Amino acid sequence: MTDLLPLIVAKYNYWLYVILMMIGLYAMIAKNNLIKKVVGMNIFQTAIILFYLSIGYKKDATLPIIEIENAHGGHGAHEAVIHALDYINPLPHVLMLTAIVVSVATFGVAMALAVRIYQRYQTLEEDELRMRLSEE
Amino acid sequence: MDNYPVLIVVAPLLAALFAGLAAWIEERLSYPIALTGLAISVFSAFKVLMKVIDSGTIQYRMAGWAPPIGIEYRIDLLNAMVLLLVSSIAFLNLVASFKSVEQETNDRAGSYYIIYLLFVVGLLGVTATGDLFNLYVLIEITSLTSYAQVALGDRDRGPMASLNYIFIGVIGASFYLLGVGYLYMQTGSLNMADVAHILQSHQGSSIVLTAFILCMIGLWIKMAFFPLHVWLPNAYSYSPVAFSRVVAPLMTKVMVYVMIRLMITVFGFDYIFKTLHLADAVVWLATIAIVAGVVMALAQKNLKKMLTYIIVCEIGYMVGGAWMGNQLGMTGAVLHILNDALMTFAMFLAVGNIVYKIKDVDLSDLSGLFGKMPWTMAGFVLAAFSIIGVPPTCGFFSKWYLILGAFEKGAYHFAAALIISSLVCAVLFFRVFEICFFGPVSKGDGHKEAHSPVKIEEAPVSMLIISGLVSLSLIAVGLYSGTIVNTIIIPFLK
Repeated sequence: MTDLLPLIVAKYNYWLYVILMMIGLYAMIAKNNLIKKVVGMNIFQTAIILFYLSIGYKKDATLPIIEIENAHGGHGAHEAVIHALDYINPLPHVLMLTAIVVSVATFGVAMALAVRIYQRYQTLEEDELRMRLSEE
Repeated sequence: MDNYPVLIVVAPLLAALFAGLAAWIEERLSYPIALTGLAISVFSAFKVLMKVIDSGTIQYRMAGWAPPIGIEYRIDLLNAMVLLLVSSIAFLNLVASFKSVEQETNDRAGSYYIIYLLFVVGLLGVTATGDLFNLYVLIEITSLTSYAQVALGDRDRGPMASLNYIFIGVIGASFYLLGVGYLYMQTGSLNMADVAHILQSHQGSSIVLTAFILCMIGLWIKMAFFPLHVWLPNAYSYSPVAFSRVVAPLMTKVMVYVMIRLMITVFGFDYIFKTLHLADAVVWLATIAIVAGVVMALAQKNLKKMLTYIIVCEIGYMVGGAWMGNQLGMTGAVLHILNDALMTFAMFLAVGNIVYKIKDVDLSDLSGLFGKMPWTMAGFVLAAFSIIGVPPTCGFFSKWYLILGAFEKGAYHFAAALIISSLVCAVLFFRVFEICFFGPVSKGDGHKEAHSPVKIEEAPVSMLIISGLVSLSLIAVGLYSGTIVNTIIIPFLK
């Protein structure tokens, strides 16, 4: 058991994403209110976005914007050496821009459907909806 | 012209854009635009298939960027076949659905066509792409459009069915995305061929195992593999019939294609069947899926619902065949993608014609249909024979390969499940035939004499022609299945 604690502390970002994902999944399965379920879905997707962000992160690294200072001409050194270790990996972050768009779109569609359901049945509680549906 | 591979996907995408603009001016303009877009797509897919058969795999680089950095479309024999299948089914369905869309979507035909085109774009893109993340995005495009379509259907139950579909669909896609993340962690690449190349030196890694399992679970949810199938029956039976005709044959089959693509191209047979020991368990799961699907179909009182459970059963065939781990099983699975898409399409076309005339398709409403709609029912019978697996139709041949594959592996339980499910399908469809043939004709109309000759009330000609054409193609594909296996599937698997 003593080995477990350092493992959790060293990789806390991954543990965090797993916990968030489970919170989202729990809300989607166990909650009765449709809006709460939709929010749970959003948490679930956000957890995966966080996972991708932490793949790209490096310790003591900075934004991957490379400045080339030879425009001023004063230093004489035309090409500064670029170490990959000094910059975080931008690719997972760029991928997540797309994933954020997808999750926003899904969230929008789900909300629109929730509005439709509310207009039709005047309720968003799932057990009541199920009763109404089986009555008809 | 070297741009055919991308034209398959881009033509319907542009058509969706223009159809949207045209619908602002005049709702009726969007239909011919949609039709043109899909026609170009079918033509390009045909050209690409011919070229691939002649000269092998085509690699198309988007905007000229080389593969590990840029996105590529990589089209080999398997893709090319599925692309042609998807685009032609989408095109034929569009031809057939002109009348029924008018009837079902009252005044929103323009938006229906836009969503329909985007759905097809997603499916075609999923099939053509050679990039793992691009695949995720396109899966989400298909899923989002199908959520919207399901909600456009049945006014009372549609939105609820669609919302449940969203929850489960999001879980599926997210699992796949997570799997891709783990693959990226291990390999640092997203291009399928590149990933496969790097993975060869990481066979034992637990990260790869996690990635593989996450991807598979995600795809199984999307394809409605048995314990994960709960979203499918409601979503497919409450969507507009013009849409369920295209989503039922294509969506799940394209997901099976993606699974086979990941198994063969990305992870590789050696990894799956020599390093991991999951194959037996998955074949057992598939066996259970087949039996459970067909038993649940037996319990249904609505024709559309019954057919959706048969889809669940057919997914079991394909997953089982693909996980058999030998060439015969894989041949059966790939051939069954083609055959099952065609026969489900034929079946839903017939159901579409029936719905066009009598709205509700509870089994008890169907009595006397053979007299009322003889041509539609002829198509229905052919499709049913094919699903049961009667020899000259195509359904028989893929089942034959699947059974041979099962015997070669020694998976007798799978072969038994296949035969039992075929028998139960026979019971299911002959029950429908009995109601349609012997059931009393007059329904509700008290003044109609029982003995008077039945008036034929068929669906519109455009729907009938397509339905007949597709049903006859079931026999044609059955007769030529040897050619298909020898020119496409066997060279691909080698």
